[in-house]
Amino acid sequence: MTDRPHLAVLGAGPAGLAATAAAASHGVRVTLLDAATRAGGQFYRQPAAELRARRPQALHHQWRTWERLRDGLRAYVTVGAVRHLTDHHVWCVERRPSGGLTVHALLGPEQEDPVEMRADAVVLATGGYEKVLPFPGWTLPGVVTAGGAQAMLKGTLALSGRTAVVAGTGPLLLPVATGLAAAGVEVPALVESADPKAFVHRTRALAAQPGKVAEGARYAAQLLRHRVRLLARHTVVEAHGTDRVEAVTVAALDADGRVRPGTSRRIPCDTLAVGHGMLPHTDLAETLGCRLDGTDVHVDDEQRTDVPGVWAAGETTGIGGAALSLAEGHIAGRSAAARLHGTEPDPRAWAAAAKSRTRLREFFAALGTVYAPPAHWTEQITDDTVVCRCEEVTGGTVREAVAELGAGDVRTVKLLTRAGMGWCQGRVCGPAVAGLTGCGLTPSRRPFARPVPLGVLARAGEHEDQ
Amino acid sequence: MVGAACALYAARAGLDVTLVDRGPVAGGTTGAGEGNVLVSDKEPGPELDLALLSGRLWAELAREFGDAVEYDAKGGVVVASSPGGLTALERFATEQRAAGVVAEPVAGDVLYDLEPHLAPGLPGGVHYPQDRQVMPALAAAHLARASGARLLTGHTVTGVLRGPGGAVRGVRTDRGDLHAPAVVNAAGTWGGDLAALAGVHLPVLPRRGFVLVTEPLPRRVHHKVYAADYVADVASDSAALQTSPVVEGTAAGPILIGASRERVGFDRSFSLPVVRALAAGATLLFPFLSDVRAMRSYVGFRPYLPDHLPAIGPDSRVPGLYHACGHEGAGIGLAPGTGHLIAQALTDKTPELDLTPFRPDRFPEEAA
Repeated sequence: MTDRPHLAVLGAGPAGLAATAAAASHGVRVTLLDAATRAGGQFYRQPAAELRARRPQALHHQWRTWERLRDGLRAYVTVGAVRHLTDHHVWCVERRPSGGLTVHALLGPEQEDPVEMRADAVVLATGGYEKVLPFPGWTLPGVVTAGGAQAMLKGTLALSGRTAVVAGTGPLLLPVATGLAAAGVEVPALVESADPKAFVHRTRALAAQPGKVAEGARYAAQLLRHRVRLLARHTVVEAHGTDRVEAVTVAALDADGRVRPGTSRRIPCDTLAVGHGMLPHTDLAETLGCRLDGTDVHVDDEQRTDVPGVWAAGETTGIGGAALSLAEGHIAGRSAAARLHGTEPDPRAWAAAAKSRTRLREFFAALGTVYAPPAHWTEQITDDTVVCRCEEVTGGTVREAVAELGAGDVRTVKLLTRAGMGWCQGRVCGPAVAGLTGCGLTPSRRPFARPVPLGVLARAGEHEDQ
Repeated sequence: MVGAACALYAARAGLDVTLVDRGPVAGGTTGAGEGNVLVSDKEPGPELDLALLSGRLWAELAREFGDAVEYDAKGGVVVASSPGGLTALERFATEQRAAGVVAEPVAGDVLYDLEPHLAPGLPGGVHYPQDRQVMPALAAAHLARASGARLLTGHTVTGVLRGPGGAVRGVRTDRGDLHAPAVVNAAGTWGGDLAALAGVHLPVLPRRGFVLVTEPLPRRVHHKVYAADYVADVASDSAALQTSPVVEGTAAGPILIGASRERVGFDRSFSLPVVRALAAGATLLFPFLSDVRAMRSYVGFRPYLPDHLPAIGPDSRVPGLYHACGHEGAGIGLAPGTGHLIAQALTDKTPELDLTPFRPDRFPEEAA
């Protein structure tokens, strides 16, 4: 049993679950590590058991896919083919000089106790996180991320407010708005800076995705049923309130992506759910030395990174949603299983997943060209708008570093202003700082995927050298 | 940092200055440093003289830039871990005092008055009130701006222009030629490459160092605190990994932990063993750090010359070429003195310090 090759899968979302199942069914011992207490990731986030949700599927689509993944994982765990380690927060994956890898994690909600695990290979299925661009008032209580609002619904069944405006850009906003409305929240407006109709008109990628067309139509019907007004080509200009958000001002955008004068209107609300798309989690890959393409981990047709023994699947290789994550995870698991057994994998074994991967990547590439923040979004950041919340750095300070002190990239702005040096390590403010600086967003180096106590660090892997 | 200081002092000596960098401001070793302005780690000799001159100039600059560059005259504390180590440390301090350094021996009990959170049982140390700290990137940016020099970031120097007699006429960059009768090489760890463009040999080598940064904390480490072995490591010629704990708080709250030294070329990849050794050293010195979280680490390359002294002054081999590089881990601290001496050399004044030990042409050409 212990002679079988050992694969560590990092992340128990769609990609990680698919990789686990594919590898375990081909004779590989798999350890699935995840930070959450239950499998599912962000997409299949599960209500805590003690809430005894009667119909959690009401908040999810593709519930059957989830049931198949969940039951599969249970079966593999039962027969001992898979170990599922919950509440494991991986802070670093290290290549051992002697070959193989060591996964370093912190245990439990406090993330204080260390655990180390050796593996012959890893699949990075670390998912993505939400991108939020700042605007005046975005730090008020009651302003939440769109994904955060959805996670609250899925995970705790809590209503995040009574009147919620959903705003930003991207396909996530639709399920968030309809999910909130279905849960009894009044949603006066869905404020989308893109024009979703442009997507339908402009791209052929949609034609290859009848499922996505049906999904879109379903959301449109739900918006109508719940009287959610879709304000396309609109943006939030400011959130108002003193102790909490009380209203938002929204305005129409012109063809250049600038706010059209005279179009602003005020919408009372107690919650603003805002999101501008997703970014991949690439810290572990970057520290391992994996090549990145822009903000995505680079992979080959088998989902291998350019570092031996390291595969990547799902959002970490580029944002593309749950179905693409499943396809990539399946391919990664099959490829890793074959290679860990010392055989050349046969791509025909995953032809269906590869076909679906191609289609979905095309679809999301097309989606990405439509759902983008307005071209001149940085103009809405006033000089006193806080851009980096951790270090309380304002838009004016960032602009001064660029105009007066010669900063021309995110790293220099960080050195000169502290923007991005705080607890979140620039994950939140990175896109905003890049926008204000006028440069592209490149992943910053974060050797620790999460903060690690020095006492743990001082002993990490110490027995490896002996 | 050194380039910015040269620009500032040259401009204030009346020269028209253009500052050229292939990257952004503070994009090289400056942006990866801790901001040390130290006398404590230097033995009597030319480097200490330069450090004392620079310390005086830093105090002047602090009146002008103080808070903007997070200048903090907090002093250093060097800690001995054994009675034998303390004896050696006190002997070293005696020599430094003779050279003009303020170095106050502190017995065990006084040590804990200075740094209450140090590990118990340490025999004593030496307090250096002249040690200071600045935020290096801010310092470079503010000095560069105050110099009034034309700032050309993102310009890569691809050649040194020479006149008929071999004298320097300026530099060629990837975005055009810049004409000047004098060129100062302040390219830090890449100073050897720039010297080579002018056809001269200057063996600057990279010596890699990692710095660990913790979560922000209320001030619990008041000085720059390091173990006595640090001095030996700084002066060492070994290529192998050396780590000696250097711990200091910052104005912004995080604690910085150094210092590792290895000669591994320009390899930027993260090394868990190195960072682990830093964490181990720091937690031995300050046990409370065990529960403090490391947020990030960064890596930099000290510009290192074989005799551990920088190259400062005119190059006798190429008229009009001056060097101001190779300061190893002390470039932030030594920058003002270097800039001041370079400005004096550029304006044909007698330099305040004898530049002979820093002669750029002191290294024999190797048949490498």
